[in-house]
Amino acid sequence: MLRPRIVPCLLLHQGGLVKTRGFRDSKYVGDPINAVRIFNEKEADELMVLDIGATENREAPNFNLIAKLAAECRMPLCYGGGVTTAEQAVRIVDMGVEKVAVSAAAIARLGLVTEMATALGRQSVVAVLDLQKRIGLSARSYELSSHNGKLTHKVDPFLFAKNLQDAGAGEIVINSIDRDGFMQGYDLDLAAEFKRLLNVPLTFMGGAGSLKHIGELFSSVGVVGGAAGSLFVFKGKYRAVLINYPTPEQKMIICREALKF
Amino acid sequence: MICIVDYGVGNIQAFLNLFKRLDIDCRRADTPRNLEDAKRIILPGVGHFDHAMQRLNDSGMRSRLEELVLHCQVPILGICVGMQMLAKGSEEGTLPGLNWVPGHVRSFAGQHQFGSLPLPHMGWNELRTHSNSKLFSKGFESAPQFYFLHSYFFIAEHRQDVAATARYGLDFDAAVSRGHIHGVQCHPEKSHHWGEQLLKNFVAH
Repeated sequence: MLRPRIVPCLLLHQGGLVKTRGFRDSKYVGDPINAVRIFNEKEADELMVLDIGATENREAPNFNLIAKLAAECRMPLCYGGGVTTAEQAVRIVDMGVEKVAVSAAAIARLGLVTEMATALGRQSVVAVLDLQKRIGLSARSYELSSHNGKLTHKVDPFLFAKNLQDAGAGEIVINSIDRDGFMQGYDLDLAAEFKRLLNVPLTFMGGAGSLKHIGELFSSVGVVGGAAGSLFVFKGKYRAVLINYPTPEQKMIICREALKF
Repeated sequence: MICIVDYGVGNIQAFLNLFKRLDIDCRRADTPRNLEDAKRIILPGVGHFDHAMQRLNDSGMRSRLEELVLHCQVPILGICVGMQMLAKGSEEGTLPGLNWVPGHVRSFAGQHQFGSLPLPHMGWNELRTHSNSKLFSKGFESAPQFYFLHSYFFIAEHRQDVAATARYGLDFDAAVSRGHIHGVQCHPEKSHHWGEQLLKNFVAH
């Protein structure tokens, strides 16, 4: 049977790896190529690499760096950051990347998702939604944002996710800004709501602080991707940089216990 | 020489990277001439079936490939849409396939027994190896896990051509072997040690 995916998410900024908290306070954590090599050795399920500087600084994707990452990466790779055209997405896939993620550019123009799906097939098109829980309002209210949380959009994120799916997105990644880097667990209510609503593969990100949190995500919403940044780059309460990932045995235990198979 | 057919569709670079690391000579082949000394051929493919078939037909390499595979019996491995192209045709499109392994490509969504699982079928799934196909001749004692990313699947006409099946809502043919012609729906180039083993088995004499 298909099993849930455990996905390290690496954030790029000016060619280096960083990790944020609540999309701020970015801390340098090392060299991306080196990180990819370590995740190769650990046989990670897949890898997501997001350039968090590209859109905000209106830069095109760093194709040189993407080519180097793709050449090194021995697991499925998803790249996002600064992609605004289907041509750029095709160029990235040609370098050996499986999936290309878009966020701000798809919010600005949903047609981009359709163009990418036509050019690549929908299996290679990923949409990322950065969501911020509204403070002081009902618990189920979320705001869609882009540009590292600096721009907010007046659309209903659930409706918009459905539109992305209909437009041709083959996977949707839901990223909780207010949980990013705090390692207190995923927003399980949010995950359940998207799982009910959508019928493409989903990946949830933001909040994982332990393998137990990933297990909780799988047992509450089933076969999805559990992505994490801090969990796989930091060790201990002083957040010492140490790249880590569950062993194949640990991974099977997490999946089995969560899905009871 | 292992030739990776580059007809403008699929992840050629991933194969070049992997064979280089395994220290196995390989080359990107984008002209009939580049296929000359092929001892093994890899036919990758992603995206839409008709698009892939059209690109192969337009590549100028199709007749040379047919000669090598059908007359010179050079072993070939089709991957993902490259496997689907070995069939007679696909529900995804209207162009005929290569018809090297009798079978059809069906849509998961169109099967009544499939239910409403998310599509594409994406992630790591278990292969049940069925036959003594060369692809699984060594190193597959325990249940192997492979990475999949697709919405259409291969159903072989002759069960003896099925090398492995997998289950996603229904059982489908995840690998086929008909003599020296092989296809896998999953991505060995992205499936860690399992994928490496499969490719090593394919290139071994």
